[in-house]
Amino acid sequence: MPWTTIQVEKQDNYFIKDESDASRVISYKDAIYEALDQSMSRDSRVFIMGEGVDDPGGIFGTTKGLHEKYGRNRVFDTPIAENSLTGIAAGAAMAGLRPVLIHSRMDFLIISLDQLVNHACKWSYMFGGKVNVPLVVRTISARGWGSGAQHSQCIQGMLMNVPGLKIAVPATPYDAKGLLVSSIIDNNPVLFVEHRWLYKNMGNVPEALYSIPFGKGIVRRTGTDVTIVALSYMVIEALKAAEKLQAENISAEVIDLRTIKPLDEDIIFESLAKTGKLLIADTGSKTGGVASEISALVAEKALHLLKKPIVRVCCPDAPTPSSDILEKVYYPDSETIYTKVIELSQRQF
Amino acid sequence: MLENERLIELYKIMQTIRKVEQKIEDEYKYDEMKTPIHLSIGQEAVSAGVCIHLRKDDYIFGTHRSHSQYIAKGGDLKRMIAEIYLRRTGCSLGRGGSMHLIDTDVGIFGSSAIVGGNLPLGTGTALASKLQNNDRVTAIFFGDGAVDEGTFHESLNFASLKKLPVIYICENNSYAINSHQSRRHTKNNIYKWAHGYDIPGYQIDGNDVIKVSEFAQEAISRCRNGEGPTLIECMTYRWKGHIGTTNDVGEGFRPKSEYDYWISKCPIKWYVDYLKGIGILEEKMDSSINEEIDQLISDAFEFAKNSPKPLPTELLDFVYAN
Repeated sequence: MPWTTIQVEKQDNYFIKDESDASRVISYKDAIYEALDQSMSRDSRVFIMGEGVDDPGGIFGTTKGLHEKYGRNRVFDTPIAENSLTGIAAGAAMAGLRPVLIHSRMDFLIISLDQLVNHACKWSYMFGGKVNVPLVVRTISARGWGSGAQHSQCIQGMLMNVPGLKIAVPATPYDAKGLLVSSIIDNNPVLFVEHRWLYKNMGNVPEALYSIPFGKGIVRRTGTDVTIVALSYMVIEALKAAEKLQAENISAEVIDLRTIKPLDEDIIFESLAKTGKLLIADTGSKTGGVASEISALVAEKALHLLKKPIVRVCCPDAPTPSSDILEKVYYPDSETIYTKVIELSQRQF
Repeated sequence: MLENERLIELYKIMQTIRKVEQKIEDEYKYDEMKTPIHLSIGQEAVSAGVCIHLRKDDYIFGTHRSHSQYIAKGGDLKRMIAEIYLRRTGCSLGRGGSMHLIDTDVGIFGSSAIVGGNLPLGTGTALASKLQNNDRVTAIFFGDGAVDEGTFHESLNFASLKKLPVIYICENNSYAINSHQSRRHTKNNIYKWAHGYDIPGYQIDGNDVIKVSEFAQEAISRCRNGEGPTLIECMTYRWKGHIGTTNDVGEGFRPKSEYDYWISKCPIKWYVDYLKGIGILEEKMDSSINEEIDQLISDAFEFAKNSPKPLPTELLDFVYAN
């Protein structure tokens, strides 16, 4: 679907200084490509399957030309059968391979829920750990240009409830490469959540192979007045909001979770101990989403650190509209986060 | 035609399945096997006829009704019974119960209680065989209900497209719980659906273990030669009700005449007569075979009943692999 490209191209090149001291700067999409290429190069068990993985576009550039480099046995197109494809990938994983299954839209993940949730994620437990399913499922959430309700979903919150699954939500090129490498090395089913609006973003990425552990968030900006916990694309909007808040003398600490299953609770509590105020920004709909889970964790374990109510900045509980006017109202952005933080700081309680 | 030794082996397998299932049926009323059971009594020939041609390293995937396949493939009987008793020594460490048996040492890679759920998984291990360049075959067992699911069609299409070494064994016992096939399909010809995917498909008497053996041998051979998948629809019948030890014959259930017909076509009874008729099974050998099986079963139940149950502290083990 090339039309969201129009929207993606319009995004400014937001640059996040990462923990890498590498001088080389590449894009998020190239970082994903590199993780795949290098993983396949070092481990012959890794293979890629999915609808259109070997077409000229190469899943927005992330698999471009890999079928020529590694052959059509290791990078291949598939029929449009998301549910069975997931089970087929899971079976191949049980037999000792390391499949990477790609859904070019996160919405297609829903079709695969039986084989992912009922089968892949339960196989280790149901059989007393006798078989592993080292499966990676990459999904890409689209946004904008009237993509509409069935081509815009960010449902990582829904999948957070599934035992046996791990979920990565990288926001930077450095994290994208490191977490995808970790996902492929992991012996469990991993949902690798990408966002189309992050694809152009640039960042420092080492040329060598490296991995990033799951369950370890990172502080993107230190601050003392409010903790903003964000994931995936909302990390960008959170950082933009933090910039604006500086002008109001509000020092915001921005935390990028990097993975939500497992989730780094300590990094949130450490920050709350300083600020006492929490705003959570997720790309998905509000009810029952990632922000809800984080709110519950804080209420359970860190209530004494909270000075004000928790604020959740998420999409509304509505399918995504195609109208450009409605889209604008639908999606929260740095303006929304900025306004909410100002409101929060002005509240008595 | 199989050599005498193998013909006897087929009998041993079917008789073991029959006796294990009957013992489970007898013991179930003591409420110690706290798991839903789906017995294979009456369907023994399908598993025996297919699995006798499979190697230890060939894969099989079963369903909620998989005791017969587990036994036929050579799964550890002690661990199977211990699992049904939900003991820590069970093959799935007490976490799976009757519907989720496993024994990877002999290629049993699990079973799914979601109708149609195992089809993609077995198609996946077959894909791995192709990508890993080995000649390991996968056999997927499923019923006449599973073919209603999308996974059946998606899997066959994919397997045919990629010419995968997989055999699809449909145990057509005409019923999906109490829903007769005629209420779910327009015709009684599941085997023809395979033709639509460019896969050879056959409908055979699933209670004729020799027929099953012949067709399975041919299909497995095709796989090993890289010729792709085959579907074998085996017509058979379950003697017990869908679940537990219930009987579902008579008013509102399965017609008594239908039931009586299939009882008369017992896969083991005619086979024993056949073997005795051609002179390769005599009384003494038959007795000794049955004694051996009885001992095997007795040991397995003894082992299970004396095994410890999982500890509460072990609840979260294996949610994630290391």
